[in-house]
This record gives sequence, structure tokens and C-alpha cells, in this order.
Amino acid sequence: MVALKMFFSVLFAGVLIAGSSNALEVGSNELISSAKDYDKKEIVYSGEVIGDIMKRGQNCWINISDGDNAIGVWAEESLAKNIKYKGSYKYIGDEVKVTGIFNKACPEHGGDLDIHAQKIEIIQKGYISKRPVNIYYILIAAILLVIAIIMNLIIFKKKL
Amino acid sequence: MLNSQTSAFKIIGYYVGKIITVLAILQILPIITSIVYKEWDIVFDFTISMSLALILGSLLVIFFNSARRRKIDWSHGMIIAALSWFAGMILCAIPYYLSGNFNSFLDSLFDVMSGFTTTGVVLIQDLDHVSNGINMWRHVLTYLGGQGMVVLALTFLVKSTSGSYRMYVGEAKDEQLLPNVINTSKAIWFISIAYLVFGTIVLWVTGIFIGLPVDKAFLDGLWVFMAAWSTGGFAPHTQNILYYHSLWYELATVVFFVIGSFNFALHFALWNKNRKEIVRNIEIQSMSITVTILTIITIAGLMKLNVYPNIVSTFRKGFYLLISGHTTTGFMTIYAKQFFTEWGNLALFAVIIAMLIGGSACSTAGGFKGLRMGIIFKGFFRDVKRIILPESRVQIDKFHHIGDTVLEDKHLRSAMLIVLAYILTFAIGTLAGVFFGYPLSSAAFESASVTGNVGLSIGITTPGMPNALKIIYIIIMWVARLEFMSVFALVTYIFTGARRRWLH
Repeated sequence: MVALKMFFSVLFAGVLIAGSSNALEVGSNELISSAKDYDKKEIVYSGEVIGDIMKRGQNCWINISDGDNAIGVWAEESLAKNIKYKGSYKYIGDEVKVTGIFNKACPEHGGDLDIHAQKIEIIQKGYISKRPVNIYYILIAAILLVIAIIMNLIIFKKKL
Repeated sequence: MLNSQTSAFKIIGYYVGKIITVLAILQILPIITSIVYKEWDIVFDFTISMSLALILGSLLVIFFNSARRRKIDWSHGMIIAALSWFAGMILCAIPYYLSGNFNSFLDSLFDVMSGFTTTGVVLIQDLDHVSNGINMWRHVLTYLGGQGMVVLALTFLVKSTSGSYRMYVGEAKDEQLLPNVINTSKAIWFISIAYLVFGTIVLWVTGIFIGLPVDKAFLDGLWVFMAAWSTGGFAPHTQNILYYHSLWYELATVVFFVIGSFNFALHFALWNKNRKEIVRNIEIQSMSITVTILTIITIAGLMKLNVYPNIVSTFRKGFYLLISGHTTTGFMTIYAKQFFTEWGNLALFAVIIAMLIGGSACSTAGGFKGLRMGIIFKGFFRDVKRIILPESRVQIDKFHHIGDTVLEDKHLRSAMLIVLAYILTFAIGTLAGVFFGYPLSSAAFESASVTGNVGLSIGITTPGMPNALKIIYIIIMWVARLEFMSVFALVTYIFTGARRRWLH
């Protein structure tokens, strides 16, 4: 019984160790300014998906911004399949956590600073960004436009 | 004396009013874009801004219409150009500010001047969430700035040719492609729009090929072409050209911004099937030599520090950024900080020199210009030959720019004066950067970028930089793009007027 308990304890510890990762969570400013320190290392980088996911064969490029900079993430297309919202004027993109290998100057991608993703998790769903129109702006715009049209009609009629 | 002052005031007011009207009408483009993409708040921002510009332009035209048939002299032409750029900066910044993408109105002014002068350094916030309307306006401004807003006004609004040439020269363009300056302006716009159609199609197809959705590929293609052709350096994403992660996209932009940095007279010669001109032209020869030498220095600097893992990526990054700086475009495929942390002094030195030399005269590019570099080097070798050869021998040197011209001292003096003015401006910008606490190499890099109207950044130009430095950079961009004379004429006019009023 004791031997069985010990076996399961060792097995549980083994699972925990295997499950944990040495990857450091790093922001874009740190990655760019201290790129040498993280080169070819496994890192965790989080941020909002912005722009478009650009498919290239079986892989794709996803640009992810943490608010300071956006970094290109090279991933298998299957890793990106759950990403729904991509940041733009109309949307706040999905917030994702990328685990992958950081490259200061990627030999495969012409020297780009990038991350080759191993895992992408969505940590917060994106949403539609509401942009209400200010009623005063509508009024001001209407008044100014009418004045501008009248003045230009005068110029046109008098051929100034 | 006061009468002539009043008359000058009216002439300047009338033509500035016309140019402001053109800038107002152009805001229809971002309005249409915003309507298509249902960006209603942006539609109203632009309607307010367009209406204000139309009202101001109309007021000037109505009040000063008595001056429309009066003769425009050299000082008027220069002042009209400089003042139009200044007034245009303020009016075109209104939609930027109303959009909420800028921390202050000063930041909006900075980005407009950066666009007009085809510099390309930016203070805009959260560019990745900016509306299509604002992005359209950013790129229209840089495209307009590249060809020249006075050129545009001459093309569409000014019927009289008398004095038009003076306004045209005031905007740092002096090539007459055709005998009539209005026809020259039309030719410049014809060349630019023909390339715009072709370039947009190429980048659109490339965009689809690299995985962009069809409509985004079109908009990005249009905007990136506008910025490339105008050697402007704006892009619709914070990562600039790095966003696309594509060699093909980079190659296409290189072709377009190199062509954009050529003299309009050269384009016109090639358009008229004078193909030999591209080999014989002094500006192309000068640019080929400086690009080759500076590329070698850049690559050597990068290789010495092992910045990139292999020669292919060293060349791809090194050449792209060097040629982007040399043509004064400012497209980037690395992050600004990487210049400072990785590139090393040798490569930075080469890029700084490239940015200062710049593209061709009478083009969309900034910097000293290839024509002046060519003339100065020819003059230098002429003087060396004079020392070596017997005094009795008469030596006539020529340079080829569309036609053959005998190299005279007046050419040399004029070229040297402008180059000297650029160097002084660069020194002032560097000193200002150092004064505000930035390292010398960074201050010199950023100053070269704004002086040459380039747009590459080492990280100084951010919304958090001191306001005084923003104002200094705005003035440098404006003065350098108009090649000094117009702005000096405007400043002299204002001081003379103020002094006369004071004395009376």
C-alpha cells in the first residue's frame, strides 16, 4: 500500500514537472531592447491580435500587440483557428497568450524579430468597439457645411 | 510703401485662399472612405474640418479677389508656398485631433507636417485601431505633399500663368517639363496618377498573394503605394512594412520608392522615350555611387557585430533600410529601438549620411539631393584637375541633367549654399536632441531623419518627447522640405511688415 502511494506521488510529481514550463512571460519592450537575452529561448508573450491573420501555406502570421509594440508570431494555421476577433477600428481583438521560441533575427524569415509559436491560448475574447457619434458634432458639421456651401455658391456665381 | 505691402498682402491672401480650398475639397476622399466603412463619427469629424477650411478659403478669396489679376513677383510666390504649407498644416490637423487618436493638437500638427513634407515620423496613438478614413487622410496628405499642394492648385484652380512659376519654385521645384508651368504641373500629376494606378494594382495583387483579405489588400496597397511613391514612409500599421512579413512586399516597395525619388524631369524624359537619360543623368550616377558605397559600409557594420544570422538577412535588412533612408522614404522593417541597441555606430553612420544626401531634385524626396552632390563632386574634381594641369590649358567641364550644361561657379555656389543650410539645420536638430537629454548618436540620427524628410526613427519621436522638441522638428521638416528660401521669405516678410507698422 505504501509502495503504491509512493508510486502515485512520484507519478503526480512527474506530471506536474512535465506540465510546468520554464518559459518566461515577457513584454514587447523588453523583448526588443534586450533581444539578445531571449534569443532562441522559449518565452510567453501576451497581447491583442491586430490586423489580419496572413495565411502562408500550412502556417500563418499573426501580429500581436501588447500595447507598446506589435510582434509577428509565426504559427501553424491550426493554432490560430479559434481566433475570432482581430483588432481594428471596429473591433478589439482577442487577447492571446503565445508560448514559443523568440528569435532576435529569424534566419528563416529574413532576419525579422519574431516568435515561432508552439501554443496559443485565448485569454479574453475580443468584442465590437462602440464608437458613438457626438450629437454636437453632427449639429456643428451641419451648420458649417451650410455656410461653406453658401459662400462657395457666391464665389461660383461671381466667378471669383 | 504701405500700399505695396497691402497689395502683397492681398495677392498672398487670395492665392493662399485658393490652395486652402483645394485642401478642403480633398477631404471628400476620407469622407467617402468612412461612409463606405460606416465610420460615422469620422464622417462628421471630416465634415467639420472640410467646412471650416472651405469657409476660411472662401473668405480669403472673396476679400482679396481684387488681387487675382495682379502680378505675382518672386517674394509673393515664395511666401504663398510657405504660408500655404503652414495654414494647411493647421487646417488638416483638425480631423486628426477630433478623431481622438492624438494626445494633443500639437501632436496632430506634427503628424500633418510629417505627412506634407513626406517625412513619415509619427506621434499618432494606437495606429492599429485607427479608422480607414483617418488612414486615407494620412496617406492622401503624404501623396499630396510629395507632388506639392501648390502644384495641385496650379493644376486645377489657377488659370493665369503669370506668376505661377514663382509659386511653383517656392515649393522647391524648378524643373519646367513643358514651356508652360501649369502644363508642367499637369504633367507631374499625370505621371504620379499613372504610377498610382499601376503601383496600387501591383501591391493589391501582392497583398492578396501574401494572405490579406481582398479589400484590405486594396486599401493597404493604395496607401503603401502613396507613401512609397511620395517617399513618405507612412503605413497603416504600427509595425510599418514589417507587418507584412513578406520579401515580395518589400521588393515592390523598394521599386516604387526608388522610382518616386527620381526627378520628375527624368520621368518625363523616359515617358518621351529618352531611355538613355537614365544612364547619363548626373543624379542617377551620383545616387548609384553613394548607394553602393553606403550599402557596403552598412553591411560591413552589421557583419562586424553579427547582427543578423546570415548574409541574406544582413543584406535584406541592411539594404532595405539604407535605400529607404537614402531615398528619404523611411519605411522600416525593424523596430526603432533596434537601430540603437543592435546596429552599431558604423551602420548608423552610413544611414545618417544616406538620409542627409537624399533623393533627386524636383522629386518627392528630401535631403541635399543627388543633383547637388553630383555638381559638388564634379566641381571638386574640376578644381583638382586645374591644380594638376598646366595653367594655359582651358578646361571645360559639363554635367548631364536632361541636357548638357557647362559647369560654372554659380552652379557650385548655389549647390554648396543649400547643402550648407541643410548641414546647419541638421546640427541645430542634433543639438536640440542632445539638449533634451538624448544620446548624441540618437539625436544625430533623428535629426538627420527630420532634416532629410526621411522618417526612419531611432525611438526619439514618440508622443512623450518634449513639446519644444516637437516644435523644433516641425520647423525643421517645413524649412527643409521647402529648401529654406520660401520660409526665409515668409519670416522676412512678417518681420519687415511688423517693423514698418511699428515705425508708423
